[in-house]
Amino acid sequence: MSLEEPTPDDGAVETLPTGADEIAELLGDLVIDTETHVNAPGFVIRPDTVQETLRRLRDEAGFDHLSCVTAEEREDRYESIYHLTSFDDRQREVSVIVPTTKDDPVSESAAPVFRTADWHEREAYDLVGIDYDDHPDLRRILLPETWQGHPLSQNYDQDRPQIVTLDEWENPLAEDHREDEGDTMYINIGPHHPATHGVLHVKTVLDGEQVADVDPDIGYLHRCEEQMCQTKTYRHQIMPYPDRWDYASSGLLNEWAYARAAEDLNDIEVPEYAQIIRTMGSELCRIASHMLAVGTFALDVYGDFTAIFMYAMRDREKTQNILEDLTGQRMMFNYFRLGGVVWDLPEPRDEFFETVRDFLDDLPQALEEYHDLITGNEILQSRTIDTGVLPPEVAKSYGATGPVARGSGIDYDLRRDDPYGYYDELEWDVITEDGCDNFSRLLVRLREVEESAKIIEQCADLLEDWPEDEREIQANVPRTLKPDDDTEIYRAVEAAKGELGIYIRGDGTDKPGRFKIRSPCFSNLQTLPEMSTGEYIPDMVASLGSLDIVLGEVDR
Amino acid sequence: MSSERDRPFVTDDTQVQTETRDARMTGGGADNRFNSKLREAFGSSPFILTKFDQFMNWVRGSSMFMLQFGIACCSIEMMHTYSVKHDLDRFAAGVPRASPRQADVIIVPGTIVSKFAPRMKRVYDQMPEPKFVVGMGSCTISGGPFQEGYNVIKGAEEVIPVDIHVPGCPPRPEALIYGVAKLQQRIAEGESSPVTVKPYELEQFDDLEQDEIVEKLADQIDEDDLVMRYNWADSP
Ligand code: SF4
Repeated sequence: MSLEEPTPDDGAVETLPTGADEIAELLGDLVIDTETHVNAPGFVIRPDTVQETLRRLRDEAGFDHLSCVTAEEREDRYESIYHLTSFDDRQREVSVIVPTTKDDPVSESAAPVFRTADWHEREAYDLVGIDYDDHPDLRRILLPETWQGHPLSQNYDQDRPQIVTLDEWENPLAEDHREDEGDTMYINIGPHHPATHGVLHVKTVLDGEQVADVDPDIGYLHRCEEQMCQTKTYRHQIMPYPDRWDYASSGLLNEWAYARAAEDLNDIEVPEYAQIIRTMGSELCRIASHMLAVGTFALDVYGDFTAIFMYAMRDREKTQNILEDLTGQRMMFNYFRLGGVVWDLPEPRDEFFETVRDFLDDLPQALEEYHDLITGNEILQSRTIDTGVLPPEVAKSYGATGPVARGSGIDYDLRRDDPYGYYDELEWDVITEDGCDNFSRLLVRLREVEESAKIIEQCADLLEDWPEDEREIQANVPRTLKPDDDTEIYRAVEAAKGELGIYIRGDGTDKPGRFKIRSPCFSNLQTLPEMSTGEYIPDMVASLGSLDIVLGEVDR
Repeated sequence: MSSERDRPFVTDDTQVQTETRDARMTGGGADNRFNSKLREAFGSSPFILTKFDQFMNWVRGSSMFMLQFGIACCSIEMMHTYSVKHDLDRFAAGVPRASPRQADVIIVPGTIVSKFAPRMKRVYDQMPEPKFVVGMGSCTISGGPFQEGYNVIKGAEEVIPVDIHVPGCPPRPEALIYGVAKLQQRIAEGESSPVTVKPYELEQFDDLEQDEIVEKLADQIDEDDLVMRYNWADSP
């Protein structure tokens, strides 16, 4: 594990190029122009050298994490931006910009280098209309196959009528198996199905009880989040939307993703006191979210609304009550503001701290119950240990993050690796498990709840002792924010499901020119075929549960 | 049982779908959603029928099987409504059924988008009559915060008829319970309001009016495939 914790005297790390000049040197004449993004240097390359460039960056410069692919249409060109970073050192970042012409927007696909590019490019094709050469399977991903036009391109007419089919899907393997007398069966799981956690449709082909092929079909909750954010103003109007991306109570974590990107874009300093409140609120959200994940996972494995689900809901109710005291809402908090939070802790403060402490005091016992009921349960163990295996290399290639990556032993957590808020001042650990299976992912979540509790406790202590006249909850922020034209930023935070990144391009107005959401669930869900093919069907359901996806965030 | 007349409950999907719509559209009073085989059997004797009807309505209101149906954010609050603390079961409506064929109430908890609407319609059509719909959240009223989205249906009533709207984003569990209780009350009293659906209906592809987009898609879609056509310009 020496690579996970880079130390300055580690030879391998020292030779990796980090500065813009070094990377430019490495890429040589592949680079045709350079740009500067707020978060990273940007290199413009020709559309037919995408694979070569990315491969070189991955193999020779250690940029092994393709975090996001942003596509957009500009006045005179289409652009795909590959946001690369590294699992070992999150603060090394580079953007690779691939412009293509308006009349022939064809660009080489990155899918052979990073498997995660597969879905990201499909999305780019779907919403913006860029064609990717050499892509394994370029078709629409979020919108129905029969959709006309690309909604985030410039001349899209939103009023044109559309026709959507109610398909009967065909068994894609029917032909292959007919000859060797094997018999495969095709089943649709979803979009309305209790095991899919919302409106996911999994096209599954079974060979006996084994999964021969699975293809997650998403887009049943594509609510145009990016379009919504692009038509709203930075200062106040965008903030309610993040709550609705990952709605399994990760509201504050999502709000932080937007707040962080927008604050860095506009150079806003957040007062320390507000940062602590943010940190505390976010960790409460993380607990609520992990509780739901654990509860529904048990639901998937045991198959009924049993005790565990009810226990998890009980504990969620508690966090929701605290969050309601803090923010005024149970789920859609809208509590962060650029530059701070909207109001201070509720009065009387003592009572609030008491509720928080009570919750924290009860938590160890509650967790013990979970461990008794879940992790210590033989049935669950035999159902989850060594099923849904996701090796770390595969996870990295798919850009998996969050508990999914950490359950595969990847020591990657943005709260520590790219610190924000108040995390670097506090005592807590990043949890990893080496099992790579469904059980590890479950365990990571349960153990992260403990860590979150630690963080909340420290925050509560700090807040309690904070001198009364220094409780500054908001920085001074101008009423309208207008970042300069062509300033671009990609910033991420560690949300409950993993790395939640936001790309914003300012265009000189008070609304973003392009707002792109990098959703952790989107990337995590991509690993499902990898984990389930060849396994039994109930294990696929368990794997899906262990990924803990929220469709609102997958589809956005 | 040979002729078509003797079997009022033909399970041909298309049939059910139009019957439902017609029933809804004519509306008014204790409408024919409350028709049942029993009622037909007892039909000759109005005296018993009234009493029996009341009894049946009371039964229906007191034992509702909800469809376990999650769409978006509102479904999280819906789960809270079902589980500890709020416990919808206390109100005789807490047995979520996973299959639409066993359910008589569908709570629509979330944003409906173009890709999902035909599926939701299908789920609704699969529920046995009489069936009731609770629209949960602003999204099912108007599209909510996403109303301006290119892909978002402007409210559940564009697709299926809704009996009770519970506003909120998301509505608190208490609000949903109140909505369900109201629905029960209405069912028990035999009331139902005339509801009009602005039909985004499932249609066979070749029944669509010929226009540019139909021509364009003609080689992709089979003539008898079911499709839903969205006229965004006419949506509110
Ligand atoms: S009404 Fe609000 S909470 Fe409910 S689904 Fe719509 S956006 Fe989500």
